[in-house]
Amino acid sequence: MNLHIAAEIAKTHLLAKKKQTMVAMLGVTFGIAMFITMISFMQGVNQFLEDSALDASPHVRMYNEVNTQRPGLIDEVNPGGFNVVYHQKPKDELSRLKNGITIAERIEKEAGVLGVSPQLSTQVFFNNGPIQISGTVAGVDMERENRLYNLSSRLKSGSLRTLQSNPDGLIMGATLARKLNVRVGDKVSVTTPLGTNRILRVVGTFSFGIGTVDNIKSYANLSTVQEMLQKDPGYITDIHIKMVDPLQAIPFGKRLHAIFGYHTEDWATANQAILAGENIRNVMTFVVSFTLLVVAGFGIYNIMNMTVMNKIKDIAILKATGFDGKDIVAIFLLQAVFIGLSGGILGLLIGFGLSYLLSIMPFDAGDVLSLKTFPVIFAAKYYIMGLLFGVTTTILAGFFPSRKASRVDPVSILRG
Amino acid sequence: METVLNAARLNKYFYDPEKFQVLKDVTFAVKKGEFLSIIGKSGCGKSTLLYLLSTMDTEYEGTIEMAGTSLTGRSQDYLSHFRNEHLGFVFQFHFLLPEFSALQNVMLPGLKLGRYSEKEVEERAMEKLRLIGMADFARKPASKLSGGQQQRVAIARAMINDPTIIMGDEPTGNLDRANTENVFHIFKELAGMGQTIIAVTHDPDFAAGCDRVIEMSDGMIIRQ
Ligand SMILES: Nc1ncnc2c1ncn2[C@@H]1O[C@H](COP(=O)(O)OP(=O)(O)OP(=O)(O)O)[C@@H](O)[C@H]1O
Ligand SMILES: [Mg+2]
Repeated sequence: MNLHIAAEIAKTHLLAKKKQTMVAMLGVTFGIAMFITMISFMQGVNQFLEDSALDASPHVRMYNEVNTQRPGLIDEVNPGGFNVVYHQKPKDELSRLKNGITIAERIEKEAGVLGVSPQLSTQVFFNNGPIQISGTVAGVDMERENRLYNLSSRLKSGSLRTLQSNPDGLIMGATLARKLNVRVGDKVSVTTPLGTNRILRVVGTFSFGIGTVDNIKSYANLSTVQEMLQKDPGYITDIHIKMVDPLQAIPFGKRLHAIFGYHTEDWATANQAILAGENIRNVMTFVVSFTLLVVAGFGIYNIMNMTVMNKIKDIAILKATGFDGKDIVAIFLLQAVFIGLSGGILGLLIGFGLSYLLSIMPFDAGDVLSLKTFPVIFAAKYYIMGLLFGVTTTILAGFFPSRKASRVDPVSILRG
Repeated sequence: METVLNAARLNKYFYDPEKFQVLKDVTFAVKKGEFLSIIGKSGCGKSTLLYLLSTMDTEYEGTIEMAGTSLTGRSQDYLSHFRNEHLGFVFQFHFLLPEFSALQNVMLPGLKLGRYSEKEVEERAMEKLRLIGMADFARKPASKLSGGQQQRVAIARAMINDPTIIMGDEPTGNLDRANTENVFHIFKELAGMGQTIIAVTHDPDFAAGCDRVIEMSDGMIIRQ
């Protein structure tokens, strides 16, 4: 087989029918461009949502699940009997983690743990004149919490240090602060579920870029919140844990549950909706791109089949003058590969252009997401994947017509 | 003179629509430098015989030996290579690659053989074109040549690898008087230089000018 001659003949064939070549090429171009744009955008969305969710949530959260539904005492004593208890109240059970601080210290020593933050979280009302806005206050050890969530980089105003030195300090979500119309230095009155009131001073505002956090959450010192709830200094309700490798969180959470008996929730469970959305977007991307490529593949298959039909005399001549089956396959497969490669590369360029346009297109997500433009990921691997897809499709589509060409019986053609 | 082709007891059947014997015990030999023509009534099996000799049709009984090698039962790839090196064809309907220039058409089998560099192949191709008076049309696309011109280019192509045998199936069948004579003279000249030529023809004048004539009837050689 002599590739040089095969390439020369392939080139002549392609140039002899420029329009057909272009049509076949554009099919691939369109498929690849779509694939690149879709995957860059979808993965960008995935990444963005995952990042924001992961940033603002612990990898593992340990808490005490307070069960509000319990079997009546009488059912236990007299099972199966005709027992009627109307509107049974839940037990006065504390949602505290017993020895929470000690547990947190123990977990901190485990391998693969990036940070642990024990905290006491409670629902509160923020009073703004006659208006009450509900939210939460998390009592934290700010140094530890900062290690987990990198709060210092998310501060919009004020400082974390002030909180540590000021027992009445409060750091609020930026949107919440705006709703309350308070700034750093302003006082806000906070009502706990127990009905107690306390005046705290805003020492900072933060923004995670996630509506559900920035709208509701605020931080205070652990001891302050314990005082507000009239609890002892060992009282905590949650332990937040960040791992070095997020994937390790799932088995680690299960292990903690087994050791300490408290409920643990990993980020994957907590963010199931996001992960499910991610899967759906991935499937969609591949289904759409695959369909486009299959359509392009059929286009090439048709065009190559037509070419083989049109060139059947040429094939017979080439065979009669000594070209063997492999040469013939090479001649036609090279045409398909050329169509695939050039169409594919053009597709990559157009795909890049479209993704770029998308990535600079202004996108206003309001307060819910901290997005200014569409999230797009530019990764070389998508481009390599796209080109591989394109070339594989064309080779597959070109192979069968080429094989058919190589099996042409020259005698039946040359006989005339 | 050495023998360049030996065909022994060739039998060929067609099975479509029913079993039918086209060639019956065809045996003959060709010597080097011979200008041989095969004649016979239409349908007597001349083309069929030529395609057996060309190695393109491999479904037959008997043996074919060319240039000292037995060709019966060889693989397709071997036969392709053999054709490339040892055989040149001129067909009735000239059959050039229409998108290539006359020169490229002549060069292709030479490039495939790879015995000479591309440059040398080009020079040789020009030389062959000159020999048949087509040098002026070398750069013209084959599709833009007249029938007679195409036929002459096909002859040049058949000669490019200095084949053992040039075969033609009615190589002048499509040509007018003048061109037929022209092609005949080229063949005659080549034979004079030691080129072996086998041509199937209907033209009695053409046959009359050959060194030897094989006449067939009903798949058998009736006179040589
Ligand atoms: N593919 C085929 N299948 C069946 N029969 C065939 C086939 N090709 C040729 N024949 C038959 O074989 C016989 C010989 O055909 P061939 O083409 O060799 O004749 P020929 O001598 O070249 O005739 P002509 O001078 O008309 O070209 C004919 O009767 C023809 O009908
Ligand atoms: Mg015939």
